[in-house]
Amino acid sequence: MIKFENVTKAYPDGTVAVDGLNLEAPTGKLTILVGPSGCGKTTSLRMINRLIEPTSGTIYLDDQPTSGMDAALLRRRIGYVIQHAGLFPHKTIVDNVATMPVLLGESRQKARIKALELIERVGLPASFAKRYPWQLSGGQQQRVGVARALASDPAFMLMDEPFSAVDPVVRGQLQDEFLRLQREIGKTIIMVTHDIDEALKLGDQVAVMRVGGKLAQMASPSELLTSPADEFVADFVGRDRGYRSLGFTKTAGAVAIGEEAVIQLGASADEARAKASGAWVLVVDGSRKPLGWAQPELVRGEVTREHLNLSGIPAVVSGTMRQLLDAALSSPSRRGVVVDENGELIGTVTATDVVKAIEAEPHLETAR
Amino acid sequence: MNFEWLGRQSDNIVFLLGWHVLLAVIPLILGLLIALPLGWWAHRSRRIYPLLVGVAGLLYTVPSLALFVLLPLVLGTKILDPLNIVAALTIYTVALLVRVVADALESVPEDTVQAAKAMGYRGYQSLLKVELPVGVPVISAGLRVAAVSNVSLVSVAALLGIPQLGSLFTQGFQLRFFTPIIAGIVLCVVLAMILDGLIILLNRWLTPWTPKVVAS
Ligand SMILES: Nc1ncnc2c1ncn2[C@@H]1O[C@H](COP(=O)(O)OP(=O)(O)OP(=O)(O)O)[C@@H](O)[C@H]1O
Ligand SMILES: [Mg+2]
Repeated sequence: MIKFENVTKAYPDGTVAVDGLNLEAPTGKLTILVGPSGCGKTTSLRMINRLIEPTSGTIYLDDQPTSGMDAALLRRRIGYVIQHAGLFPHKTIVDNVATMPVLLGESRQKARIKALELIERVGLPASFAKRYPWQLSGGQQQRVGVARALASDPAFMLMDEPFSAVDPVVRGQLQDEFLRLQREIGKTIIMVTHDIDEALKLGDQVAVMRVGGKLAQMASPSELLTSPADEFVADFVGRDRGYRSLGFTKTAGAVAIGEEAVIQLGASADEARAKASGAWVLVVDGSRKPLGWAQPELVRGEVTREHLNLSGIPAVVSGTMRQLLDAALSSPSRRGVVVDENGELIGTVTATDVVKAIEAEPHLETAR
Repeated sequence: MNFEWLGRQSDNIVFLLGWHVLLAVIPLILGLLIALPLGWWAHRSRRIYPLLVGVAGLLYTVPSLALFVLLPLVLGTKILDPLNIVAALTIYTVALLVRVVADALESVPEDTVQAAKAMGYRGYQSLLKVELPVGVPVISAGLRVAAVSNVSLVSVAALLGIPQLGSLFTQGFQLRFFTPIIAGIVLCVVLAMILDGLIILLNRWLTPWTPKVVAS
């Protein structure tokens, strides 16, 4: 657990970067600090490992005040992912990752073996180990930055915009990989971002800060979307928050899933016409995995891959209302395909079904 | 060119060359060792930097001959003592390298320094294991200038009668004989080039991590 108690930071020039911050990041959870530029996120983060000393107030690490600790020893207990990776240019990737274990007294050889594992764990090929940082792309460097922070297996991690400076696609991948990793390792993490979407996607809880370094609201992502504390938070969370909050609403049982007649590739035009409902018929493979939608009217002879429309995105039945609604809206037949965990067809839903379910239960369970 | 004379004098020339190397290289190494902590100090403190770099700049403008003559008074050495040359050239090297070392440390990206601190390096560990290694290219560039400058400054000591390649110049002038002068110049240039090349090699060996510049 990391706890801020009445922490204030005033820089020598009089700028109050953080003002009376009270905050608790629970053990094993990912807490996100989010807010507009200059609101004191980085300052808050760097006060935890004492790269910056608070002007007043106390920060606790597992109930021990950090102010009495040896700063270097304190920092060795905390993994820190610096913005833009901040790798050591003169060390190979594997030695960058092995930095903290070696500093903590592990043999270089052992530390390198562990570092190699981590390099692969964050999704980089082992062949990168001997390279130097300048030989990696920005996104790859950020992965190394994450691996380096993980190397000493610290109980605490501080991450300053770890997924910035890469394109949205790579960022999405990095976020997904990181969520998967965190589910395995369950570290106590505080992550800074100015991207509210990232905060809502990754955070177990999200602390929204306002300029002047005050905490505006601390809540779970769905709570932020459904009950923002004030106008500032509401504004910051964004205009389509109603739709986005559906991303935190489980579908489980709330929506009636209709049966859907299906054909397989190679079916005749007649069969396709017979099974179709409206202008479209769903095509599946031998194990009932959806392949796409076909229009029987256009089929001469038999149904082939060329007839398939692939625009629909299937929703997994255990997913969220948002995914279900999106499945319906993206489907050419306007019937959203619902599959089970193995990708096998369960049935279809319409947007109307989903909306009805939402309206029927305005306070749906929003557990994640 | 009188090659026969060169042949007869070869022992003496090698002797002079040896002295020249010693008088140029020892101050280079001493100067670097002294400049490292001074440069670090200048880098650490905004107030010390202009002071140290200013004084260093001033020292560099003192004519070398004046320094060679004045130092015995300060050090209590004999005027013919080669130590004077070593001391004077060490002062020049320090004067040149204080700024170089400070700028080398300044050249280390702030992100890198912060990362070292955040990983839990103590101040001296960060300096020795991160900042100095990353500053090596800048330091070597400065060292190359100092090396070449030392090789040429050593020759001036011939006027005081201290043996090194410059002695060939004085000898040539006295005898109105060009061979030793040309031999002296060629050897000085070759020596400077060899020292320069050695520093380049050393730099390459210490910095396998720098991007290889592809000549276009
Ligand atoms: N060393 C400093 N001296 C004076 N003021 C500073 C210093 N560092 C930061 N500040 C000021 O403190 C405030 C908070 O800075 P901080 O870096 O914590 O913001 P941030 O929330 O991380 O912003 P961003 O999203 O742009 O990174 C800003 O107004 C900034 O200008
Ligand atoms: Mg910041």
